[in-house]
Amino acid sequence: MKRTFIPRSSPLLVWLAVALLAAACQQRAATPLSLFPDSGAAAGWTRSPEIRTFAPEQLADYIDGDAEKYIKVGVKSTSTADYKYNEQVQVVVDVYLMASPAAAKTIFDSEPAMDAQMPTLGDAARLYSQSLLFRKGPYLVRMVAYQESPQLPPALLDLGRALESRLTR
Amino acid sequence: MSNMHEKSRRDFLKDCAIGALTAGASPLAFARDVNPSAANQSKSRVVVARDPALFGSGSKPEASRIERLLDRAMQTYSDSSDPVALWKKLFKPNEIVGLKVNTIAGPGLSTHVALVDAVCERLKSAGIKPNNIVVWDRTNGELDRAGFTLSSDPNRVRVVATDSKGVDYDETIFSHGVVKTRLSNLLTRTCDAMINLPILKNHSGAGVTFALKNMYGVNNNPDRLHANNCCPAVADINMLSPIRTKFRLVIGDAMTGCFEGGPMFKPQYTWHSNGLIVAQDPVAIDQTAWDIIERKRAERGIKSLPQVGLVPRYIAVAANAEHRLGTDDPKRITLQEI
Repeated sequence: MKRTFIPRSSPLLVWLAVALLAAACQQRAATPLSLFPDSGAAAGWTRSPEIRTFAPEQLADYIDGDAEKYIKVGVKSTSTADYKYNEQVQVVVDVYLMASPAAAKTIFDSEPAMDAQMPTLGDAARLYSQSLLFRKGPYLVRMVAYQESPQLPPALLDLGRALESRLTR
Repeated sequence: MSNMHEKSRRDFLKDCAIGALTAGASPLAFARDVNPSAANQSKSRVVVARDPALFGSGSKPEASRIERLLDRAMQTYSDSSDPVALWKKLFKPNEIVGLKVNTIAGPGLSTHVALVDAVCERLKSAGIKPNNIVVWDRTNGELDRAGFTLSSDPNRVRVVATDSKGVDYDETIFSHGVVKTRLSNLLTRTCDAMINLPILKNHSGAGVTFALKNMYGVNNNPDRLHANNCCPAVADINMLSPIRTKFRLVIGDAMTGCFEGGPMFKPQYTWHSNGLIVAQDPVAIDQTAWDIIERKRAERGIKSLPQVGLVPRYIAVAANAEHRLGTDDPKRITLQEI
């Protein structure tokens, strides 16, 4: 009788393959470079090549005492990149990967809304004349401009939308 | 930068000993020397000088107006019509004078470059050689991002950081209370005297960051000193002898202020406060800074710092019997707003 060889370990192999694939996907989603839209992904925006990433224990090197509140509610990593709008306005974009959507919400809600607009973006967003803050799932994104410009708020929103599409829940 | 450590450890220890004897180990001793009213009334003077037109119609303060504002503040502080008199009293021509700025929040909320330029000009007028003026902070990256041009040119003002080649932190471990730390060689060895140039900010951990908290930029482990609203760590670090003996003056940058969301730059929580605050008592100036931030929070309709659990308790601790770094008692602060 001809026997078909079916390895006993096949369920294990399948499980391993699935796990590796999932890990690879997760790895890709968490790669800092993949988070930040390239130059031209939103009209008028160019990105500097350097992307800096900080583990929780390094976060104070970047944001000083602000790090405490992120660490307290659970931050897994922080990545930051510099952009320019129309080659003039300097903007810093920070992406915080929090431990959970609830942690991202805690930070978002801790900041007074003041006179913010509330655009439809991610799970919640606030748009100001010089900055945009939004959250989506476990991600919290902050964009801060160092100069003012009448065109800036809609441009920030464009860049925010380009970035938001890269965030997995 | 290879000659950054001009002084040996023996010189450094000698300086500390001399400083402790001559300065009474306290910036208040200097204050009594240069500010007659402080001596007469046992009060600390704080001068808040403002220029409502400082920013004109732009986003940056005008350099010429900053120079005039600085002169006005210093002349008022020293009761003198001579804009250079106080600088000459505080700093001798052969001294190396450090200017500790605060640049962690980038270009939107760091000590303004134009203010530092104005201070350098006045120091030069007082006889300090350009290369004996050292503008510094923790890292080259932060200085650069805040708009400072790094320089180790021997003919110019030095702009360097503790992470510049050949600088680093002193190997000596300094400790007081909960603080056990290494200090920048720029403080312990390079400079004879210091000017503290903080920027007016709310701080999500400490409540307020101004003169006393700016010392978290002179040591190697500030990340370990943020527990318990940075208290008593901020007061304790200011007790370390190089800080107590070398810092002679605070010129607080209150041209832009941050009333919420600090210490990082969040433009929606900043305002043009159009001022400079000058003092030699770091506690009195921080108490004044706290009051200014509270007034702005009330004006913008957000809760006070005590209401959100962010009392800057380190200010009172810095004034207590154990620390005696200055006074937080409004009755013992002569506040002049001009």
